[in-house]
Amino acid sequence: MAGLELLSDQGYRVDGRRAGELRKIQARMGVFAQADGSAYIEQGNTKALAVVYGPHEIRGSRARALPDRALVNCQYSSATFSTGERKRRPHGDRKSCEMGLQLRQTFEAAILTQLHPRSQIDIYVQVLQADGGTYAACVNAATLAVLDAGIPMRDFVCACSAGFVDGTALADLSHVEEAAGGPQLALALLPASGQIALLEMDARLHEDHLEQVLEAAAQAAQDVHILLDRVVRQHIWPSPDYPLLQSGPWGCFSPNIPRVSWHRQGWYAPHFMLRTPQLQ
Amino acid sequence: MLKSKTFLKKTRAGGVMKIVREHYLRDDIGCGAAGCTACCGAHEGPALEPQPQDPASSLCPQPHYLLPDTNVLLHQIVSAWRPGTWASVASSLRLPGSLETYVEQEQGENANDRNDRAIRVAAKWYNEHLKKMSADNQLQVIFITNDRKNKEKAVEEGIPAFTCEEYVKSLTANPELIDRLACLSEEGNEIESGKIIFSEHLPLSKLQQGIKSGTYLQGTFRASRENYLEATVWIHGDSEENKEIILQGLKHLNRAIHEDIVAVELLPKSQWVAPSSVVLHDEGQNEDDVEKEEEREQMLKTAVSENMLKPTGRVVGIIKRNWRPYCGMLSKSDIKESRRHLFTPADKRIPRIRIETRQASTLEGRRIIVAIDGWPRNSRYPNGHFVKNLGDVGEKETETEVLLLEHDVPHQPFSQAVLSFLPKMPWGITEKDMKNREDLRHLCICSVDPPGCTDIDDALHCRELENGNLEVGVHIADVSHFIRPGNALDQESARRGTTVYLCEKRIDMVPELLSSNLCSLKCDVDRLAFSCIWEMNHSAEILKTKFTKSVINSKASLTYAEAQLRIDSANMRDDITTSLRGLNKLAKILKKKRIEKGALTLSSPEVRFHMDSETHDPIDLQTKELRETNSMVEEFMLLANISVAKKIHEEFSEHALLRKHPAPPPSNYEILVKAARSRNLEIKTDTAKSLAESLDQAESPTFPYLNTLLRILATRCMMQAVYFCSGMDNDFHHYGLASPIYTHFTSPIRRYADVIVHRLLAVAIGADCTYPELTDKHKLADICKNLNYRHKMAQYAQRASVAFHTQLFFKSKGRVSEEAYILFVRKNAIVVLIPKYGLEGTVFFEEKDKPNPRLIYDDEIPSLKIEDTVFHVFDKVKVKIMLDSSNLQHQKIRMSLVEPQIPGISISPDDISNMNLNGPEKKKMKLEK
Repeated sequence: MAGLELLSDQGYRVDGRRAGELRKIQARMGVFAQADGSAYIEQGNTKALAVVYGPHEIRGSRARALPDRALVNCQYSSATFSTGERKRRPHGDRKSCEMGLQLRQTFEAAILTQLHPRSQIDIYVQVLQADGGTYAACVNAATLAVLDAGIPMRDFVCACSAGFVDGTALADLSHVEEAAGGPQLALALLPASGQIALLEMDARLHEDHLEQVLEAAAQAAQDVHILLDRVVRQHIWPSPDYPLLQSGPWGCFSPNIPRVSWHRQGWYAPHFMLRTPQLQ
Repeated sequence: MLKSKTFLKKTRAGGVMKIVREHYLRDDIGCGAAGCTACCGAHEGPALEPQPQDPASSLCPQPHYLLPDTNVLLHQIVSAWRPGTWASVASSLRLPGSLETYVEQEQGENANDRNDRAIRVAAKWYNEHLKKMSADNQLQVIFITNDRKNKEKAVEEGIPAFTCEEYVKSLTANPELIDRLACLSEEGNEIESGKIIFSEHLPLSKLQQGIKSGTYLQGTFRASRENYLEATVWIHGDSEENKEIILQGLKHLNRAIHEDIVAVELLPKSQWVAPSSVVLHDEGQNEDDVEKEEEREQMLKTAVSENMLKPTGRVVGIIKRNWRPYCGMLSKSDIKESRRHLFTPADKRIPRIRIETRQASTLEGRRIIVAIDGWPRNSRYPNGHFVKNLGDVGEKETETEVLLLEHDVPHQPFSQAVLSFLPKMPWGITEKDMKNREDLRHLCICSVDPPGCTDIDDALHCRELENGNLEVGVHIADVSHFIRPGNALDQESARRGTTVYLCEKRIDMVPELLSSNLCSLKCDVDRLAFSCIWEMNHSAEILKTKFTKSVINSKASLTYAEAQLRIDSANMRDDITTSLRGLNKLAKILKKKRIEKGALTLSSPEVRFHMDSETHDPIDLQTKELRETNSMVEEFMLLANISVAKKIHEEFSEHALLRKHPAPPPSNYEILVKAARSRNLEIKTDTAKSLAESLDQAESPTFPYLNTLLRILATRCMMQAVYFCSGMDNDFHHYGLASPIYTHFTSPIRRYADVIVHRLLAVAIGADCTYPELTDKHKLADICKNLNYRHKMAQYAQRASVAFHTQLFFKSKGRVSEEAYILFVRKNAIVVLIPKYGLEGTVFFEEKDKPNPRLIYDDEIPSLKIEDTVFHVFDKVKVKIMLDSSNLQHQKIRMSLVEPQIPGISISPDDISNMNLNGPEKKKMKLEK
């Protein structure tokens, strides 16, 4: 990993965070009116949108219906403008298939599917801007969307990525840190029980360090949970502690609305959290 | 606060990239001042002192912190790092991404200006912050910069700012600091003659272009020891042609200094030269007599035949400087009151350095350290500044320090961080230690070492088993139990690589508590060990090999002589002695087998000094004596090393640390074969075995010492054995030992390679757990590189130490005449070996102020004819040895011929008149005048 210093001697990362700190998370639920549930999330510069339909009758071939539980159908796509290079990404390419499968595994573990036998739940996720941790952003967005749709779940599913640089585990990698080529781990957690819904890692990492990285990712996922929980509470009971959340039904969602104008409409980012000693 | 930016960038391929970056500005970075309530300990790491000491500066009388800008910090780090003089340096810790001091690059402002502004903002912030902290204390932050514009702007903004020179000059308490400032300010340093001597160095971008296109070549600059106007450049890369380029003349050397990475341009063939064999030292006291240099350069260009010409070039630019602080002495300027002096480094490959100092008279006759600051185009010598005074020349401590520094041997005492990883005393073996460990305390184990050895890393045992076979054990100190991977102790010993044994001093690789106590396998105490146990039959064939971590209790620590006595005396029948006898018997068989396979028995004269116990001055020189027991211990160590090498290579084929000894190219043997032929002997060199056999047969009844001489010569033909990582190489053969695989396992106290091997073996047998660096072959290759370098340097340092003590010895002894044998014959000299002292020296036949004798050199035989006497290799001569101190910096042993007598060349045993030995006295006289 030549050139870039991912972790300075003072312990700061390239973008000024410390090793265990998350990027700024902003999220909002119920962005679409016609869908059963929807949510939008920004984790730093990574932006994802999730839409949930269901549970409803099996579409297409009836043979796919499961007798004892609901079928969870996940589709992942990423916008042409989401990455540095503008590139058309057709549906059904390898990467989105794999991501869809991972999301499906994650949510099959979290949604109480046995409550809706012979039915189907569709989760569509689109990444609007990718700056590292796309899987985590997708899971977090989808959790909010599923909650918005009122589908019963065991628990939130909170995901976060973690990496390993110079003997230190870094939480919530940005694109620059991912591109440096170190090991990278994605973790989806059921925060209340601490159960792992999905754990994925490519690249080699020594066994001795795995625990450390896993712990960093789990801690980060717990932090994500606090934030998501606040978003949901805001959405349901807009409290006087926070400026009002406008949960207006938006007919069409345009990702190009600059953030300033979101503020103008009274939309408020739940919180920007730095993991400072006071909070721990 | 979040700063985020999005911009589009055009890629090289023509596409458009959208780049999104964000940067978090923090509000939790403290100011670092201890006791600052405003930032309530948000700061981590080193803190500023609450009350900086009064540095007694006439410019700013109040206590203050200093905030140097990056350039000052970079160039003056040597002077900055002296406790108590510079008040604590509030480095730019506060700068990265802090909310209050964040500075955005303005339109039309370049990155440098932005940085300067950022530092000013930080300085301002600090001043305001400190005022807030407490109104009554007058703490100030002083901004130090050498950039005039920056300083002006700072003063405008109300920040107290000074240049480095102004500030240091104002320090009334420490006037000597000014010498230590790197001289960078061009104004204060103009040289009298504004004449430009050197051509300009090209910028790096141009050099890289040139190297890519092939017009320039990149290589390492190696100055010549003998001739200051000549150097070679070793070209990087694998191309066969133009591997080595000669540079001649000051202008072509163009300010490159030994070890720099440079770019050279080849000159046209018409200007190629041959390496001159003239010895030239830069001795002019007058600084800028460039014309004289040109004369000298002409001198080099002697007429030579076409085929002697070598590719010649000139330096066009420097890619990377490889300067370090240099040891040497001050040559005081002739002009009184002059503050500018020349410094002569001990290493002859380094040019003299001009330094400015006011303490020339105190520094004269001392060894000092000087660092180079730069080499302007119009200066004959590089500019530098004084760093440290080591002590008087000729003092034993000073000289030892010099040779350690010059050989890059890390010899500082171990840091607190390193010592913190040592086990707490009193230390004992606990239950936990016994896990995965076999208890071998009942075995009759003993160690055999040279006398006075405190770091005992091996012990042996041998006993008869019930089935009639023999069990032999080699027990090695379990150093890897105490040095855990990755901690400061491990890093430090990895850096040191090896223990360095000097004549009167040992530079330990691990702290003394480990090396001489807890790891040392002393007798009658329980010690942790790593054991290699074989079951052998009586003809020394290995039936079974077992490796295990163990606990042992050595029954005796013997010296080689004591062990030999026990074996030889008929009436000793105790356990230890029978064990030793068994070992000795097996060792003899093992040695015979090894030699049959073609292992070489080489010889090199090793010297031991008898030291005076009080003054540590050498009283007597003695060549080392070898006993049967030496070879007994050696045999089992070799066997253990080979067994371990096989085991770790089996287990870790990609990342085992092994040691190899490449076979020398046949041309290396030329000297040996020719020398033997002159004595009518034939040496076969096609394989190691034939070499060993022909060396054994080469004996002359009239000349018993001949065989040893041949073996010494053979040693000189060999290559260096090196450590390597098995995954990076496929030639494992050890030529000298005739073993297909070899490693170092048996001396973990004094070699770091053994520690790694111990760890590998421990993992292989499941006694310890692995760690990531151990199985990373690139990291292992880096370790090997460092170890090879450290071993080489340690060897050189050892030799230098022996040389220095030989000098001390002959200083006290005066002049002696001794018998000697000729080892090599050169064009104008013979190299002789004096067996009595194991001392090697050169007898020169050409002297500066005497008519040159008639010399005829024959390369084929080789022989040298002087007047009417012919010298061959191995001829016996008589030489006179004395200490030549005409050059204070490089005192040396000087030899001159006594027998055979050649009129005008040889000297009579008590004639000293023609030797210029009394140089220092003469100089002293001059001074007194």
